[in-house]
Amino acid sequence: MSAPFIEPGHTFESVTDKIGAIVLEKKTPRSWLVGFTISFAMLMLLFVALGNLLARGIGIWGINVPVAWGFDIINFVWWIGIGHAGTLISAILLLLRQQWRTSINRFAEAMTLFAVACAGLYPIAHLGRPWLAYWLFPYPNTMAMWPNFRSPLVWDVFAVSTYATVSFLFWFVGLIPDLATLRDRSESRVGRAVYGMLAMGWRGSALHWHRYETAYLLLAGLSTPLVVSVHTIVSFDFAVSLVPGWHATIFPPYFVAGAIYAGFAMVLTLAIPLRWYYDLEDFITMRHLDNMARVMLATGLVVAYGYMMETFIAWYSASSVEQFMITNRFFGPYNKLYWALIFCNVVAPQLLWFRRLRLNLAWLFAISIVVSIGMWLERYIIIVVSLHRDFLPSSWGMYHGTIWDWATFIGTMGLFMSLLFLFIRFLPMISIFEMRTMVPDAKVDEEAPGAPKAFI
Amino acid sequence: MKRAPLHGIMAEFDNPTALVVAIHKARAAGYRVMDAYSPFPIEEVSEALHIHDRLLPILVFFGGLAGCVGGMALATWTSVIDYPINVGGRPLFSWPSFLPITFECTVLLAALTTVLGLLALNGLPMPYHPVFNVPQFALATREKFFLCIEATDPQFDLVETRRFLENIEALSVAEVAD
Repeated sequence: MSAPFIEPGHTFESVTDKIGAIVLEKKTPRSWLVGFTISFAMLMLLFVALGNLLARGIGIWGINVPVAWGFDIINFVWWIGIGHAGTLISAILLLLRQQWRTSINRFAEAMTLFAVACAGLYPIAHLGRPWLAYWLFPYPNTMAMWPNFRSPLVWDVFAVSTYATVSFLFWFVGLIPDLATLRDRSESRVGRAVYGMLAMGWRGSALHWHRYETAYLLLAGLSTPLVVSVHTIVSFDFAVSLVPGWHATIFPPYFVAGAIYAGFAMVLTLAIPLRWYYDLEDFITMRHLDNMARVMLATGLVVAYGYMMETFIAWYSASSVEQFMITNRFFGPYNKLYWALIFCNVVAPQLLWFRRLRLNLAWLFAISIVVSIGMWLERYIIIVVSLHRDFLPSSWGMYHGTIWDWATFIGTMGLFMSLLFLFIRFLPMISIFEMRTMVPDAKVDEEAPGAPKAFI
Repeated sequence: MKRAPLHGIMAEFDNPTALVVAIHKARAAGYRVMDAYSPFPIEEVSEALHIHDRLLPILVFFGGLAGCVGGMALATWTSVIDYPINVGGRPLFSWPSFLPITFECTVLLAALTTVLGLLALNGLPMPYHPVFNVPQFALATREKFFLCIEATDPQFDLVETRRFLENIEALSVAEVAD
């Protein structure tokens, strides 16, 4: 086993220059421009969709009674779930001393940040009067009212805003030493000034590094329970209610596993083209991809267990509405989506048991896309199929996303991709200083002549 | 002509081992006020410099504590005292439902304390620092390792210290203008 995490022959200089060059080279690659143009056009679609929403209200979406949560909440949960892999890679794998996280944590964290930005848009847009979004926060006001702290929706506000803040802090703290490198390497005045300001005078002093390492571990320790809490609270939005198909104790663990599953799928979807295009195979090796595929397989099995338990508990509960909910999923009007979900999330990832397929880029890329689609379908099933037929047959109905639902969804993909393209061009997508520690020379040789040991 | 005041004398090294060896030699020679600069964190360097800084975790603990108490207090005060709502006679102080808020506030304040504490203790942002006057120092964020014996060290002597650093196989030795 044991393929390396960094190809042999790299030095401090080569690592620094190779990753730094992607940002510092003067000429913007043509394919970057093409990619950014497409993403930016999609982002414009988001502005059109949101502009129309502000002008005409949420009636332009497909939601109505009984399905009052549609694409907005599906996409909110989908995006925020994707974000979770970034935190998992940067925090949990750091605490577990998994060195292979080093070359993927930076862009995974950026992915988290951008995914949370996309996710945050949906509940705000769904408010109906989004310009009053600040009412969600507790502040002394002339109405003499406070948010209801017993409501999972208020917990969600706190969880998601804390998550966005902490993810940003973690990402930015990780960037500081690399910003200092860019400040010292940049040949343009603007580059030196901007990176210089952002690096805040970082000089790599031993005392600073000492505190920096402490701070980084503390942030990792704080992010780890945070990431678990965020998706748990997202699942409470459903589980605390009484709707059949939502009111289940399996929701928190099953949502967290699903989030990591979707997130790793997205990291693979991004990593495979990036490492190929920017020639980063030395840093993001097959061993990284193999490890990520294994995590995806493991979390995929947890998700499959979740589907199984939902079905089992519905039968075991002896509650006719619960049993109807499952029958309706299997054979009701949305049954094609349910079976597509089972195919995408349960059947397809089983291919990852085969080492040959885990090491085959085309297969891995295809499976990760299939999983992303599957996780979107999962939220569609949970939200729409549970709501459209609940206790009272007289209030049953059907739901379909309208063109504006799709425009908003495609628009947030544009926002995500635009931010990602800008990130790749202006900030190092792999942590340079952490990659330096992977170079063999980075180890202090205790046996060297006049070595430390003689003095201790 | 009056000489410009000096921050210290700086030696440049090629790899972390040479830096650690140099620090040990400098301490053995009696120097105490010095700082090392490296492109990545090196545990042995902090050990060699006898850095024992434990303030940050303590600050973070109190930051987290403030968030924890504050979060619970916010939810309790608003839901029990300032805006009580009687829902079928259920208890007003329903503390389990305040835990998510308490938890999120704890993490938020602890994380903010970590980052602001890190910057404050390190004195960042710092627009000017003398070490940047040395041209080679630009490589401290790429591949080179530096040791600077500062002029405030009681044993500092322009000629002697310079000679000492030249004798421990540094790649280059430079005076750091203040």
